[in-house]
Amino acid sequence: MTESVVTEGGDATRRDFIHIAAGAAAVGAGAMVVWPLINQMNPAADTLALASIEFDMTKVQEGQQVVIKWQGKPVFVRYRTPAELQRVIADDHAHDLKEPQSDADRTKPGHQQFLVVLGNCTHLGCIPTFGSGDFGGWFCPCHGSHYDASGRIRKGPAPLNLVVPTYDFVSDTRIKIG
Amino acid sequence: MSDHESTYVPKTGVEKWLDSRLPIVRFGADYMSLPTPKNLNYWWTFGGILALCLVTQIATGIVLAMHYVPNTELAFASVERIMRDVNSGDLIRYTHANGASMFFVAVYLHMLRGLYYGSYKAPREMIWIVGCVIFFLMIATAFLGYVLPWGQMSYWGAEVITNLIGAIPLIGEPILIWLRGGPAIDNATLNRFFSLHYLLPFVIAGCVVLHLWALHHAGQGNPVGILIPKDREKKDMVPFHPYFTVKDGFAVILFLILFALFVFFMPNALGHADNYIPANPLQTPAHIVPEWYMLPFYAILRAIPDKFGGVVAMFGSIGVLFILPWLDTSKVRSMRYRPTMRTFFIIFVLVGMGLGWCGAQLPDAPVVGSFKTFILIDGDLNSYLWLTRLFTAYYFAFFLIILPVVGLKETPLAIPATISEPVLSGGDAMTAAAAASAEKKG
Repeated sequence: MTESVVTEGGDATRRDFIHIAAGAAAVGAGAMVVWPLINQMNPAADTLALASIEFDMTKVQEGQQVVIKWQGKPVFVRYRTPAELQRVIADDHAHDLKEPQSDADRTKPGHQQFLVVLGNCTHLGCIPTFGSGDFGGWFCPCHGSHYDASGRIRKGPAPLNLVVPTYDFVSDTRIKIG
Repeated sequence: MSDHESTYVPKTGVEKWLDSRLPIVRFGADYMSLPTPKNLNYWWTFGGILALCLVTQIATGIVLAMHYVPNTELAFASVERIMRDVNSGDLIRYTHANGASMFFVAVYLHMLRGLYYGSYKAPREMIWIVGCVIFFLMIATAFLGYVLPWGQMSYWGAEVITNLIGAIPLIGEPILIWLRGGPAIDNATLNRFFSLHYLLPFVIAGCVVLHLWALHHAGQGNPVGILIPKDREKKDMVPFHPYFTVKDGFAVILFLILFALFVFFMPNALGHADNYIPANPLQTPAHIVPEWYMLPFYAILRAIPDKFGGVVAMFGSIGVLFILPWLDTSKVRSMRYRPTMRTFFIIFVLVGMGLGWCGAQLPDAPVVGSFKTFILIDGDLNSYLWLTRLFTAYYFAFFLIILPVVGLKETPLAIPATISEPVLSGGDAMTAAAAASAEKKG
């Protein structure tokens, strides 16, 4: 076979080119077929149409936590007591902070009593229990992560502090998340 | 041993007609008459038991899918409807749920059999590797299935397991969103998990065909762990049918008694009560625990203080099984003739069970009552955290250090020249020549 190719055309590279072109076409066509089959699993249009929500902060009383659902995830809104606030500010430079952040970095100026964080443990996503753990914040039952009252990771396998979502005070008592 | 000559002789006219067109009866007959070592003990019956488990799960699964609705609004209720209204629905559901547990009981015993008797060693590496693929697919399938009832454990199990993938640096987050079909576990996730839970058992079935093909090609192992020479086949082997179909059948009946005991008298003993609470995306149960058959791997995940490190260790604990044939340096297959290795193996089994036990405990809880010790790095020494770490260390050391080193250092016992010898001679009289030749073969 190869002999006849060489003698006929005297140029084997043209046959090689056909092989390469056919191979490339097959790979390209394959990728074009496979991509939609993969991409269909990415978030659908209705899922992507995620709204932002507003929340009335007067619903939360001092020392209380309210959990609201936003984008399918829980958002903790915690109205901290002065004692808790004092403790987290005192801990701003504690040496066991895995992701060092001051409490002021995690709250809005003038509203430091309110902490708004995503309620998913940064380890594997469980919802930590309010008011338990060794640091007066949250304790995650799944793998034993402890957070302080500023939502900072202090102990356990979680790598990061509880995430502060994008939010703003639209009035003195209302916030808009997202 | 392998590819034995066909002994099938078509007798009736129909058989003769079919045999010259599609020799499917010949294939089946030759398959069933495979020469099998005559000294197989009851540890060799779990292959048949596993086949039964797969068939049970597929049959009950297809039936359950006729009544189950993969939608977050209806999933939990549709399972309760199966339990209350569908004819024999409770029985079928309990069989499917406990069937998963029984499947894992059998697969763990099957794997430990292979580990003890060196069933993964040349020429049987591919049987072992395909088996590892099947094991991994079983875990994935069981996980997907457990999500479907959409109870609390379903939801939070799904949250945690998909997050494992999110722990991969850089590409983790996009893959996580792709897997879930949104920013959180929701209907899109449940819907696709149903589709995949239906698909994977058939992939497993395909792998089982490869597993058996490899087994029939390389030949059955045996408790003595020697290869049976061609000229000994007549003396040392018997056809699979009827000798081992009957023996396997007897073992299957014993296994079914255990299975039935669970299904009929304690159907919820192996489950988790919290999965009878509908999924609540805003609250994680205080005592979230995975299914028992995942506990050892869950414990390993939790033992590592680093998120991605834990994920690597957990997948590594399964991944290390794939390279097992190349980690064991001993030429002797069966641990029956490896007293040192046997001790390490027994410790390994205990450690595996210990890991499972630790996986069900809170990491901070003390192992010994209220006994106070001291804090080591990030936890009290007297805590499940440190006990789990100790066990995890042994788990990896067993594969990565003990197996390679002991294989080179130990002096194995004399190995019989044939598998008949230990039976006929009372099991102790073996010539040095016999041992030497076995060493060469091994």
